[in-house]
Amino acid sequence: MKHYIARRVGYSLLSLLLLSLTIFLFVRVTGDPASLLVEPGASPQDIENVHRQLGLDQPLWVQYWQFIASLAQGDLGQSFYYRTPVLDLYFQRLPNSLLLAAVAMAFSLLIGIPSGIIAAVRVGRMWDSAGKIFALLGLSLPSFWVGLVLILVFTVWLGWLPSSGSGTALHVLMPAFALGWYFAAAHMRLTRSSMLEVLGSEYVKLARLKGLPEALVIGKHAFKNALIPVITLAGINLVVMINVAVVVEMVFAWPGIGRLLYEGISFRDFPVVQGVVVIGGAMIILVNLAIDIVYALIDPRIRLAG
Amino acid sequence: MTAEPLLSLENLSTHYVSQQGSRVVRAVDDVTLSLNAGESLGIVGESGSGKTTLALTILRLLPPAARIVSGRLVFDGEDLRTKSDSEMRRVRGKRIAMVLQDPMASLNPLFSIGDQVGEPIRVHEGASRASAWQRAVGLLKSVRIASPEMRVRQYPHEMSGGMRQRIVGAIGISCGPRLLIADEPTTSLDLTIQAQYLDLLRDLQRRHALTLIFITHNLGIVARMCNRLAVMYAGRVVEQGPVARIFNAPAHPYTQALLGSLPRMSDERERLTAIEGQPPDLASLPPGCAFAARCPMAFARCAAEAPPEFTLGEGRTARCWLAAPATARAPLSAHAVGGEGGAHAEGIGG
Repeated sequence: MKHYIARRVGYSLLSLLLLSLTIFLFVRVTGDPASLLVEPGASPQDIENVHRQLGLDQPLWVQYWQFIASLAQGDLGQSFYYRTPVLDLYFQRLPNSLLLAAVAMAFSLLIGIPSGIIAAVRVGRMWDSAGKIFALLGLSLPSFWVGLVLILVFTVWLGWLPSSGSGTALHVLMPAFALGWYFAAAHMRLTRSSMLEVLGSEYVKLARLKGLPEALVIGKHAFKNALIPVITLAGINLVVMINVAVVVEMVFAWPGIGRLLYEGISFRDFPVVQGVVVIGGAMIILVNLAIDIVYALIDPRIRLAG
Repeated sequence: MTAEPLLSLENLSTHYVSQQGSRVVRAVDDVTLSLNAGESLGIVGESGSGKTTLALTILRLLPPAARIVSGRLVFDGEDLRTKSDSEMRRVRGKRIAMVLQDPMASLNPLFSIGDQVGEPIRVHEGASRASAWQRAVGLLKSVRIASPEMRVRQYPHEMSGGMRQRIVGAIGISCGPRLLIADEPTTSLDLTIQAQYLDLLRDLQRRHALTLIFITHNLGIVARMCNRLAVMYAGRVVEQGPVARIFNAPAHPYTQALLGSLPRMSDERERLTAIEGQPPDLASLPPGCAFAARCPMAFARCAAEAPPEFTLGEGRTARCWLAAPATARAPLSAHAVGGEGGAHAEGIGG
């Protein structure tokens, strides 16, 4: 077991290292940040100075080493543009991302779980087919398109909701829907298949044999068991939601982490881009590591094979 | 024996129909059985012979693809086929209870034993949570579970297989049913636990004046537990009657073969005899007797014409031309083995 965990932790650190190297190199392909930081028509000497200030005059491997060395101490460096620590910028934006993710998650569960249950109980009937279409659209429509259509309908035509920004409860609705639809579809499909499995179980059969009303059979005996995998997935998805909202945050000008990343890319603010990507990657890798370890604790087959 | 039987099935048939309606599986076909209060009936047969479907038919708890297509189903003077779904719910668990095949999977892992044992009492008798809980303690005691006050608070994973099976039994008797159907309740238990459980069931039967239907493929259990026996083959009851009579002189070749395949301590034979061949596909039954292709005693008529249920006296019936009274045994063909069925008919050997 110790061996297994040590190996998993090793793999996780390796993934994180590869991610940091990849983002380090890719962000440098976008161009020279100095050209955006100096006045138009600045002399080559000025640009040279900016390079020296930002440490961009060093060879690549030295820059990478500095990035990794400070990362190991929990330091993500300073933003080229704002001249403040990346971590400060990150924590300024994090509450907005958490709010968006929380509302999107609530929405995805409120839609996904009941519709998944109805689809399983009425399998092959009208509600099941309607759910399938809802899920197919949610999984395949790109979120920027959904966002633009929402703005068209609820802002331009109906004038009910603000198209961008943050501050009121109304602001969060459309971005949360655009972000949450995909996850609502995923939660619905898992709820449906999990319910179908539980409805075929012996204890559900026994519940019916006891003469329990159908509402109690489904609401008590089946539902609680079917919910276990859905909760696991929702936990993972919450972390994913915080980190994949870039496009939605752009469409609705939502001041979260995704927008910070977008700004970092447009200003060629290397430390911001590297920092946001590495933190996001670290969250997801950590969740996966936690799942691997919990599964190993539960399932002896994984434990022994490790 | 003149009293009204507790349960009576007349020409009852349950078929599975595929979605397009093209495939009809005759899972239970033309079954006539009656059972008096206090009797215990063993239903034996191979896997897929329709035993479990018959039990679920009695409770009207069939999977969506299955339909009761014909026949009468009378329990305690009431026609169960005409009852609404909510009326049937009041029968299930209250007047007819059933114990399932797999005790390990029959209990819900997320609810306490007390909750699950008390549940039928709360639903059927409107008992409060507290009084259902108290009754659950008493029920666990009656199925011989030690320290029931502690056990009701525990969860299924904290119980052994034998205990879980007794708990499922306690759920079965919780509302004082008149009929208890036990569907292979001991297959997953080891032999000593099996014996204890059978003792318990017999004891419960005596104390609660239960009528018992025991579904099994184990003839030894039938000999021990039941006074009546029905043998099922391919969805039909091929022979039924008092256990002792059938064991002494089985009328149907299939029953004979089943009894012949039982191991005996005093046995001189080196190998157990198996019944050669496979049971027929229930979706395309042969025109004649379903067992003809495997029957060592089949003759021409067997493959051509399905035998009706012949009455043999002493409450016995058999679906076999050999059991036909002399007048019915028309000399269609005097010589054994012919036609389609004959090719495989020599399989069984002593």
